[in-house]
Amino acid sequence: MSSHTASSSNVGNGSGDSGVPKRNSKRPKYSKFTQQELPACKPILTPRWVVSTFMLIAIVFIPIGIACLIGSRDVVEVVERYETKCIPVLNRTNKVQFIQSDADKTCTISMTIPKRMKQPIYVYYQLDNFYQNHRRYVKSRSDEQLKSVSKENDTSACKPEDIANGRGAIVPCGLIAWSLFNDTYSFSRQNQSLTVNKKGIAWKSDKQKRFGKNVFPKNFQGGGLVGGATLNESIPLNEQEDLMVWMRTAALPTFRKLYGKIEVDLEEKEVINVTLMNYYNTYSFNGKKKLVLSTTSWIGGRNDFLGIAYLTVGMISFALSMGFTIVYFVKPRRLGDPTFLSWNRGPGSN
Amino acid sequence: MKGLWMGTGSTNPKLASLKNFFRLLAICHTAIPDVDEETGKISYEAESPDEAAFVIAAREIGFEFYKRTQTSVAVREYDPKTGRKVERVYTVLNVLEFNSARKRMSVIVRNEEGKLLLLCKGADSVMFERLAKSSRGFEEETKNHVNDYADSGLRTLILAYRELDEEEYKIFNHKFTEAKNSVNADREALIDDMAEKVERNLILLGATAVEDKLQEGVPACIDKLAQAGIKMWVLTGDKMETAINIGFSCCLLRQGMKQIIINLETPDILSLEKTGNKDAIAKASKDSVLRQITDGKALITGPSGTAETFALIIDGKSLAYALEDDMKHLLLELAMSCASVICCRSSPKQKALVTRLVKSGTKKTTLAIGDGANDVGMLQEADIGVGISGVEGMQAAMASDVAIAQFRYLERLLFVHGHWCYRRLSSMICYFFYKNIAFGFSIWLYEAYTSFSAQSVYNDWFLSFYNVFFTALPVAALGIFEQDVSAASCLKYPLLYQEGMKNLLFGWRRVLHWLGNGFYTAIVVFFFCSTALQHQAFNPDGKTVGMDVLGGTMYTCIVWAVNLQMAMTVCYFTKIQRGLIIYCLCMLYLFFLAFGSLSPSMSTTAYKLFAEALAPAASYWFTVIFVIIAALLPFFAYSAIETRFFPMYHQMIQRLESGRHDDDPEYCDMMRQKLLQPPTSVGFSARLAARANKLRRKNKNQNQPQYS
Repeated sequence: MSSHTASSSNVGNGSGDSGVPKRNSKRPKYSKFTQQELPACKPILTPRWVVSTFMLIAIVFIPIGIACLIGSRDVVEVVERYETKCIPVLNRTNKVQFIQSDADKTCTISMTIPKRMKQPIYVYYQLDNFYQNHRRYVKSRSDEQLKSVSKENDTSACKPEDIANGRGAIVPCGLIAWSLFNDTYSFSRQNQSLTVNKKGIAWKSDKQKRFGKNVFPKNFQGGGLVGGATLNESIPLNEQEDLMVWMRTAALPTFRKLYGKIEVDLEEKEVINVTLMNYYNTYSFNGKKKLVLSTTSWIGGRNDFLGIAYLTVGMISFALSMGFTIVYFVKPRRLGDPTFLSWNRGPGSN
Repeated sequence: MKGLWMGTGSTNPKLASLKNFFRLLAICHTAIPDVDEETGKISYEAESPDEAAFVIAAREIGFEFYKRTQTSVAVREYDPKTGRKVERVYTVLNVLEFNSARKRMSVIVRNEEGKLLLLCKGADSVMFERLAKSSRGFEEETKNHVNDYADSGLRTLILAYRELDEEEYKIFNHKFTEAKNSVNADREALIDDMAEKVERNLILLGATAVEDKLQEGVPACIDKLAQAGIKMWVLTGDKMETAINIGFSCCLLRQGMKQIIINLETPDILSLEKTGNKDAIAKASKDSVLRQITDGKALITGPSGTAETFALIIDGKSLAYALEDDMKHLLLELAMSCASVICCRSSPKQKALVTRLVKSGTKKTTLAIGDGANDVGMLQEADIGVGISGVEGMQAAMASDVAIAQFRYLERLLFVHGHWCYRRLSSMICYFFYKNIAFGFSIWLYEAYTSFSAQSVYNDWFLSFYNVFFTALPVAALGIFEQDVSAASCLKYPLLYQEGMKNLLFGWRRVLHWLGNGFYTAIVVFFFCSTALQHQAFNPDGKTVGMDVLGGTMYTCIVWAVNLQMAMTVCYFTKIQRGLIIYCLCMLYLFFLAFGSLSPSMSTTAYKLFAEALAPAASYWFTVIFVIIAALLPFFAYSAIETRFFPMYHQMIQRLESGRHDDDPEYCDMMRQKLLQPPTSVGFSARLAARANKLRRKNKNQNQPQYS
């Protein structure tokens, strides 16, 4: 400690602004960036901000919630669970044996339309407890093979459904394709059959790019155990829409997949008879099968969750904005209360 | 002025002594002159600033030391008789160097007349006992002066000399050279011994006093540090009087503070020292120190202890005993209950030991600041060593973690950069936890629905790029630019520093809040997305949700949520920060589009995902908006409540800084009062407060009779 340093620093301060290099200074060049003086806005949560933010959320969310709810309620949905119904009563003790036998599996169920359904009416099958998202299952496919003939033998990911015994590669290979859903439905009302349009149920990108137009099914279901549906070997993969829908693996163990579209309106209280072939074995893992008829609205299918959630959050925001208004402006706070200081709350050391 | 002080002719009776006094200053040192070739001006390179001061003083008076060779010192002396300058060369025969045990240095020179002179300067404690019996003419007077000087915070030295005769010198030189050439372990002791023998029967010349001027702004800085609740210990090599004086001048001590002084200058120990029985001295000293410490503690815990503030002053000798294992905890306890602690006469090792004692004994963070080579040990022992680079050399600066140019910059270093740094690091680390938990836990939750088969709902490349493109840069910018309060406010409200000392921003509470926020975000994102996009059709085309759509939606939600969370966390929104957040969000969509247009075998589930499936679907957009708001709303409400009802220190300051007092002026006034009245026990504001208190008490006492 000495006076020398103190006096020299005064010189330093003086020369800083004058811009004339009076001495050999090591002072770095001034910039707002290095001096941490960048212009910035400093948002702070003032009462006005808080109240108006909550209010804004409420104002935006409540109408959206109502719109979503209306959108969802516009949808007419008919669900029919049939996996038990479609087993003859005698065989219900051992469903797996029945489904694996060669017995006739035709089954007729009827569905009543609760409300007028405008076309297009989408036909879905819904599977429960089917883990299409299991890693072993998801990885068991070959996008290369699906796309081009030359990559036909690119089946390393597909084991054990990669090669048919002695007959070369399976196209399409892998567990996903192997387990293709094969229940079929035919609909009729008043003994007049309803056509189900099975075109246009797959994503366009699948048809155009992911599945090749000159790749034909080959040795499919030829690997010993038969999983699900068989494919017509004369139709290229990019026209096998059922396969394409199935190959988009579902995210959760309960899922629906598009089966087709009915392109006529169905009237209220009409009874639809469904003749279905109950081939698909979900019995060995206690899976449920459901047949769903549904229309759509701008928001998609029927699901009230989004509407209710928007409404709930909107209401909560409204309540919070009211609550904050009260506590901010009615002032129940005792002024000058030092216990609000964070360090006065714990045992302070100094 | 040169020479005028001597008067004319030889009328001044003390002229000879005076001449010798300044001659000694000009000769007895180890400084090296540096002559400026253009101006002829001489500056000096000296070991210590004191030495430089002496040589300069001698030059100003008329004894200009201008050349040093291997064996000689050349001085231009003013001769009052002729009024001219005379160049005289003194042959330096021996230098008996200074060390802390000897506390003095001497040179033996032969002047031009061939006389042998021993010139000696040293501390008063060792010099007075070496004076010749016959030459004690003005000893008493000098002693008084020296005490006065020390009282006013000056560093004093006693100057004395002696003429040697040839025979005596010859014997001394022989033995001294022998001692110097010896290679025994006790070489130092031998040299000291020889020097001891020759440095006696000295003739007193006078005393010097050097002002150890405090650097600019030291008291103000210390006051601020005290307001921030930082406890300061002074570890100095100065002697007790000087140390106490410095304590007063930098406001660590004040009138009305009870000083607990621990030293070994008691008569019984002094008399014991004369006997030379080392064991007895050690035992008595130790007992004495122990007794003084226990007495001090009794004083503090006693009835008057709570009302008073105490200062502990302990000298190096006592410190040596007090730092022994069995006593150091007592010392620490005593010191912790004192407002200021001054350890004087402490050696570099003791400084380091005291630092270690505080560090390990209190488990608090210690910062050592010093400018000299003797502070190096302490700088390295402390958690943070701050070196002051200055006249005392660069050793301290080189051994330190942070080097500054002046003591007062410590204020800015701690309060501005220290606070910002703490803020940035803690926000950054907490945010890192948050964003990775939000992402990782959402993956884990999905895992529970895939019978834990390790299938991720996100595309592999989404997984990889989350921390690379979509969330990395804003948090880096937070770590660089974040400022919760401006530099000016950091300095204005020193109590803000308490946030760091109490670890309010990175304590378990805070970290757990952020972890909880991360888990909450993940839960909201996963469950709300998977419920909103259940098995029903998600677009008017009747398509249902696959793993790709759910993954894409969840990913959008997570990236938006963590980036908006960042925007809510930042207090200092620079254009860069804003730009980076926007960049991350834009990158998300660009990546969706670019990656989705690669061939399906590359992009797998992400192929045309955004362009074909997500973007046209209203349910995607509404789900995303809802989930983001739902994920951020609790944090927003929490912050609103905290800012208003349980404001942390920086939040109060932010509120005041913003200048928006119109909402609630009373509330702002209340905060301002709280912020500006930190309780301190040292520093000049404490001194003012104490004085004011005293006056108030006096007034009260005067008023009391009237009321009763």
